[in-house]
Amino acid sequence: MNSTVSINNLSKSYGDVSALKEINLNIKSGELFGLIGPDGAGKTTLFRLLATLLLPDSGSAALCGFEMVKEYRHIRNILGYMPGKFSLYQDLTVLENLNFFATVFNTRIEDNMDMIRDIWVQIEPFKDRPAGKLSGGMKQKLALCCALIHQPKILLLDEPTTGVDAVSRSEFWQMLKGLKSKGITIVVATPYMDEANLCERVALMQSGEILSLDSPSGIIASFEKDLYSFEAKDTYQLLLNLRAYPFVNSVFLFGQSVHYTDVRDDFVLSDLKDYLKSKGQDHVEIKQIAAGIEDCFMALSQQNTVQK
Amino acid sequence: MRTIKFILQKEFLQIFRNKSMLPVIFVMPIIQLCVLVFAATYEMKNTNLFVVDKDLSSHSRELISKFNGSPFFTVKDIDFSINNAEDELLKDDVDAILVFENGFGKLVDKKEPAEVQVLVNAIDASAAGLYNAYILSVIQEYNLQLKAKLQIVGKDNGIHLVQNTYSFLFNPEMKYIPYMLPGILVLLVTVIGLFLSAMNVVREKEIGTIEQINVTPIKKYQFLIGKLIPFLVIGFFELGVGLLLAAFVFKIPILGSVWLIYLVAFVYLLTILGIGLLISTQTDTQQQAMFIAWFFMIIFIMMSGLFTPTDSMPMWGQKLNYLNPVAYFIKIIRMIMLKGSGFMDVAKELGILGVYAVSILGIAVNRYRKVA
Repeated sequence: MNSTVSINNLSKSYGDVSALKEINLNIKSGELFGLIGPDGAGKTTLFRLLATLLLPDSGSAALCGFEMVKEYRHIRNILGYMPGKFSLYQDLTVLENLNFFATVFNTRIEDNMDMIRDIWVQIEPFKDRPAGKLSGGMKQKLALCCALIHQPKILLLDEPTTGVDAVSRSEFWQMLKGLKSKGITIVVATPYMDEANLCERVALMQSGEILSLDSPSGIIASFEKDLYSFEAKDTYQLLLNLRAYPFVNSVFLFGQSVHYTDVRDDFVLSDLKDYLKSKGQDHVEIKQIAAGIEDCFMALSQQNTVQK
Repeated sequence: MRTIKFILQKEFLQIFRNKSMLPVIFVMPIIQLCVLVFAATYEMKNTNLFVVDKDLSSHSRELISKFNGSPFFTVKDIDFSINNAEDELLKDDVDAILVFENGFGKLVDKKEPAEVQVLVNAIDASAAGLYNAYILSVIQEYNLQLKAKLQIVGKDNGIHLVQNTYSFLFNPEMKYIPYMLPGILVLLVTVIGLFLSAMNVVREKEIGTIEQINVTPIKKYQFLIGKLIPFLVIGFFELGVGLLLAAFVFKIPILGSVWLIYLVAFVYLLTILGIGLLISTQTDTQQQAMFIAWFFMIIFIMMSGLFTPTDSMPMWGQKLNYLNPVAYFIKIIRMIMLKGSGFMDVAKELGILGVYAVSILGIAVNRYRKVA
């Protein structure tokens, strides 16, 4: 079975707000695909459309070759969906939840143990605990188990690691890698740029549009400018000064440092140092660095805004 | 079928695990039944009377002693001053004042019309009507005795007495408990059915579990049937407890067939649960559902004939009542319990309820959307 997702000109708006603008996307069978974008980018809307919970305004999509609107019944049998908000029964125990979702798909836990074993062993010690009393990471694992219990061909995970601690996050991604080896097509939405590197291909989304679609390394390679990292005592003043610099292309705050690109290709760093000195900032640490996904996203989103 | 079974399993698990709702579902109705049946009564006891007797004749005293002897009245005080009496009435210490003007006894002796003034606290109009009726009946009774006496004294006068005789069919002693209890039973079944079902689907929406359900192959009707049956079972249980209490605690003879009551209850509960589910599918939060359910509940109950007879409502109200399932069930259950009506007697109302149930459930299933 070819577990592809193909999306053609898909649009959806809520009243005046258009959440998705003519999205085109093809996800390959067995791929670990990331939808990266800030809150409000349209990731959840796209997922809800694919999960047959919403009807599109225009355009179409097919999962495993089944048309999203007409053949939604088939899709519901081959799709695993994990909403961003924990949506299992909090008053039922871990085992009861899993058992319920197994039975509504007309299957049994035992028959699908192969699929979920790696995850199940981690939550099995808590199997008699009400789902509402689990920790955030455990809840996510249980939700993943419930989404996998019917051996779906395609798995949609909406922000599975939001609100989960760093250790559980990396464990979670390990699990996704394990699932990928079983041949499931996995689509993950996440607002965390650092998780993009863990996907095979990513789509950077903003305001209902796909800014870029490539492998993480491809996206980084497409970053053409030289990127510099500036650090100073007064980061805020540094930011203001750099913004006021006549040749500035982009300045963004990244934690303690400021990432900077210049409009000129033949750009001499000492000019900028002199400029900062003239503004009274003597001790500035400057390094040329390799761009990350986040730099690419910021650059793309800036381009996108300028074009408009 | 299998799917429905699993949904049911899950629903019952959730109901029995909910430690705060469980007592509400099972104990509250019993308490309510016991409290309401005694409290919601039109029987007048302990009406406090203040008597202003400016006459002090044997006739006025005799009439006062009649009130004193009645179980319904307590003569709080006898005084000469109407002002004192009115003060007491203002303080709400007495419910009615009886005034005998000076000369009352003489007029009676002269066989001329004698007057007794009755002042009733009418803040509660229905209570005032009852005080008045009770007071009049005591005076009436006194009149009859008096006339009989006078007749004996003056044989030539030839006063003709017309005495009403009456008998109340189906509830010969005009007891309120047999009259109220079936109605209150209906009320309890309605509260449980309407509120539980109205809260249920919307709660899944609020918590978000409906998302997870909607992406499964569960069909709409399976999901709603799975929601319906547990409440049907609970409704039946409550009705059963209520009927047992009626028969063994309140000793109300249930003249008709209990099976028929259950058949009607089945159709009725489908209607009520259908309304509840419809509310649930159309709202987004439990709060909204609660208020809408409450709105319908109040209208249904106030117009149902539980407290006031439906025949005395204005014509438009009676027409509106064709849409009131509670009114049908109260009418039917009273007919079955008190009158011993059989299937054919209630067939028309039952038929209407049936049509109601089918259409409201149809709308509810139709309005529930798995896809937005």
